[in-house]
Amino acid sequence: MVDTTLAPNAMAVPRPVRPTVTGEDWLVRLCLLLLGLYLVLTLVLPLYTLLAKSLQDKEGQFVGLANFARYFADPAMLQSFGNTIFVSAIGTAITLLMAFLYAYALTRTCMKGRGLFRAIALIPLLAPSLLPGLALVYLFGNQGIFKSLLFGHEIYGPIGIVMGEVFFAFPHALIILVTALSVADARLYEAAESLRARPARIFMTVTLSGCRYGLVSAGLVVFTLIFTDFGVPKVIGGSYNVLATDVYRQVIGQFNFQMGAVVGLLLLLPAVLSFAVDRIIQRKQVALLSARAVPLQPKPRVLIDRLFFCLVAAMAGFLLLVLGMALFGSLVKLWPYNLSLTLKWYDFARAGTDGWGPYFNSLRMAALVAVIGTAIIFCGAYLVEKTRGAGRLRALLHLLAMIPLAVPGIVLGLSYIFFFNAPNNPLNFIYGTMTVLVVNTICHFYTVGHLTAITALKQVDNEFESVAASLKVPLYRTFWRVTVPVCLPAILDISVYLFVNAMTTVSAVVFLYSADTKLMSINAINTDDAGNTASACAMGMTIVATSAVLKGLHSLIMRRVERRTQAWRKR
Amino acid sequence: MTGRTPYLRIEHVSKSFGDFQALKDISLEIYAGEFVCFLGPSGCGKTTLLRAIAGLDIQSAGTIIQNGVDISALPPSQRDFGIVFQSYALFPNLSVADNVGYGLVGGKLSGAEIHQRVGDLLAMVGLTGQERKYPSQLSGGQQQRVALARALAMSPGLLLLDEPLSALDARVRQHLRAELRQLQRRLEVTTIMVTHDQEEALAIADRIVVMNEGRIEQIGTPIDIYRQPEASFVADFVGQMNFLDVEHQSDNVIRLGDAILEIGAGKFSRSGSATLCIRPEDIQIRGVVPGQANSVPATIELMEFLGSFCRAELRLVCGRRLQADFSINAMRDLSLAPGQELTISLPADRIRLFPAQTNVARHHG
Ligand SMILES: Nc1ncnc2c1ncn2[C@@H]1O[C@H](COP(=O)(O)OP(=O)(O)OP(=O)(O)O)[C@@H](O)[C@H]1O
Ligand SMILES: [Mg+2]
Repeated sequence: MVDTTLAPNAMAVPRPVRPTVTGEDWLVRLCLLLLGLYLVLTLVLPLYTLLAKSLQDKEGQFVGLANFARYFADPAMLQSFGNTIFVSAIGTAITLLMAFLYAYALTRTCMKGRGLFRAIALIPLLAPSLLPGLALVYLFGNQGIFKSLLFGHEIYGPIGIVMGEVFFAFPHALIILVTALSVADARLYEAAESLRARPARIFMTVTLSGCRYGLVSAGLVVFTLIFTDFGVPKVIGGSYNVLATDVYRQVIGQFNFQMGAVVGLLLLLPAVLSFAVDRIIQRKQVALLSARAVPLQPKPRVLIDRLFFCLVAAMAGFLLLVLGMALFGSLVKLWPYNLSLTLKWYDFARAGTDGWGPYFNSLRMAALVAVIGTAIIFCGAYLVEKTRGAGRLRALLHLLAMIPLAVPGIVLGLSYIFFFNAPNNPLNFIYGTMTVLVVNTICHFYTVGHLTAITALKQVDNEFESVAASLKVPLYRTFWRVTVPVCLPAILDISVYLFVNAMTTVSAVVFLYSADTKLMSINAINTDDAGNTASACAMGMTIVATSAVLKGLHSLIMRRVERRTQAWRKR
Repeated sequence: MTGRTPYLRIEHVSKSFGDFQALKDISLEIYAGEFVCFLGPSGCGKTTLLRAIAGLDIQSAGTIIQNGVDISALPPSQRDFGIVFQSYALFPNLSVADNVGYGLVGGKLSGAEIHQRVGDLLAMVGLTGQERKYPSQLSGGQQQRVALARALAMSPGLLLLDEPLSALDARVRQHLRAELRQLQRRLEVTTIMVTHDQEEALAIADRIVVMNEGRIEQIGTPIDIYRQPEASFVADFVGQMNFLDVEHQSDNVIRLGDAILEIGAGKFSRSGSATLCIRPEDIQIRGVVPGQANSVPATIELMEFLGSFCRAELRLVCGRRLQADFSINAMRDLSLAPGQELTISLPADRIRLFPAQTNVARHHG
């Protein structure tokens, strides 16, 4: 009480406090540094090598932008650049229109069977992107059932690419648009109706403007996916070249690494575009839902509900047709002459391919990616989100974890060759092994897992760590006893996401496999290249089945986890 | 008080978040076994100070000494305290018993001893028999008790509570507040509680630290704080208070409009204008005759019935307004009603004077 009467400046200025650094702090810092080192080795340095390669000649001399100049002077190269933009733009427009109608029907109408339609729309996520390509060959190819619908046009080329990409990108757009359309404030609609606005006007001013950010971001995501996809154009592109197939040809076909690097960098353009647009949007974005918003309950409108039912059924039919065709193609003796059913195309050993070896390689890789990847990603997110101190390092790690989202698989794969195949790299020994495939795939899908983990961790009370410290309980014990169990659903989500993507991915690993580590998805491409489309379909379907089984297993496990933990989970 | 050595000494502590100074040169002493409340409006830095004491967000400068040891730079795990947060931060996946025993496991105690201790702690907070439940199966008040038991499990020398009652409804809150006080008395554990509820602070604390904008405005017992606010901020923040502009007349005499009021000696020495503070319940109406010292004529404008008493809005002849609390008895005896004129008295010993408001604002701003 005496102290408060003292004038503050009567005392010398108190010296700043430097908090004591404990053993635990050192441990956290060490882990942060290890994570940083991991991300630098598996992400930053490979990408840097790619950038450097694009500025060098064959002998490794720095030549500035000469490779780029050569690229833009080559009409054939420019042609495929134009092609890529063309199919991406058309594919994006069609996908967005379809996905918007579909999402609108799911969220804003009382159409029947919404749950089933939602499930059907997500099926393409389970398939490698080459599968729609194969199915389209059966449907519209030279011996396809619907060939006449193309009025003499070839399916091999832009038409096939666009159709395949729509199938492939559809669920990604749908997820974003369903989220955007679910966030609606009923009061806005009531206000509009009370002003006697006509339905069309309400749709334009309230519905569309409410989800315009969703539309923009879905558009960007879809455009990027199509722009950089490798599987569909590889299978059905024919002689119609796009950037992703160019990279593959330059590098695998012609060993022109420099040009491959240039094209790879061009593949990063949509990500740069997305980043810029996102920045602009974020500045304008206002919270759509205020705390007092009233969720919108769609009212039955007989005519509109039926109309949407027909539309959605047609779109779902298209998705099922593509998948069903791939399945059927893998089961008939000799398309289209002998339609009796057989399992012989699933006898991969007899089909002259590598037997079931690639399948087990795929399983092994997917399992390793799921287990190791989830551990690294979740622990990394925990370190970034929940520890104290080292603020700059944690912010930097978070930034690094966001990069993979912007890097297409084909670019990542290319970077990996450049980096890990360099003879003077001490890590060279992992090139051509399972390790490099696992590391690459974890990196490829790092961001989504990281964001899932961060979101889950943000929902965990920040004071858990404070309480534990006051009780003198070490950090790792609280992590293990509380954080991990509380975040278990998110951890399972991440591991299933990683597993399914590791099963289906082609683009990055196509540069990295060796004879011993050939994967099922790559084998399907090679088999198709060799003219055995039926076996390729069978391989694709095997992957779909495996992913589906895993998804099923996941929901079973989730149900058990929920039952076991419902005692403590909030209802 | 000066004879005792303080259990906790906080010396010239300040804390900045970037350019923003959340704590400005805080000094304070807390004695063993005391129950101290940090009271102040939202954003005044109460939590920041509590977290500095806990080591959760260490201060930018200044010293904290606990039990003779300089703990200024120590991490929370090397300090001696138990803490209860506003959110309780109970581990949702652990049972009540596991929550309470969380810090005991892995220590020197055997399983049976831990079981015993957890049982004792739960009995202490009145939760015997709830061991196997999970936090989400308990009511808010029960969760709060679990958090308290967990904070006390390691027998800490210092108990820190950050708005532990604010998530509860009013009834449970009053009940728990009394229990908390009893428990603290019984255990004699030095306790600091953060609150922005002045009623709570007045009811529970041995001493109250009133804070505003990162500074301490006053430290004192609840009665001191209530009866003798040292700053107009404190007068305003704690309890109901009338503020009236007055003019200095001569030594110990001030002028309120046309009325002349005496004030206790030595309360105000400067000439010029000042602000007079008086609480509604200190305004007297019984037995006041016109012309008596410190009496002022007034008119009742409004009356608000508040259960055990009645709050009236009075207008003085000079046009100033003030609030006065009348007991139900007085209301009946004097048959008070809106529009009625009466004479009130502002007792000299209940009047406090502060420099005029504008000065106050400049001084604190
Ligand atoms: N981590 C931080 N970074 C920046 N500013 C902060 C941080 N923590 C607190 N502040 C600021 O410091 C000031 C004091 O915050 P504090 O949480 O101590 O207030 P409080 O008195 O506990 O308020 P309340 O009653 O609302 O809990 C506030 O203005 C707050 O915005
Ligand atoms: Mg606070």
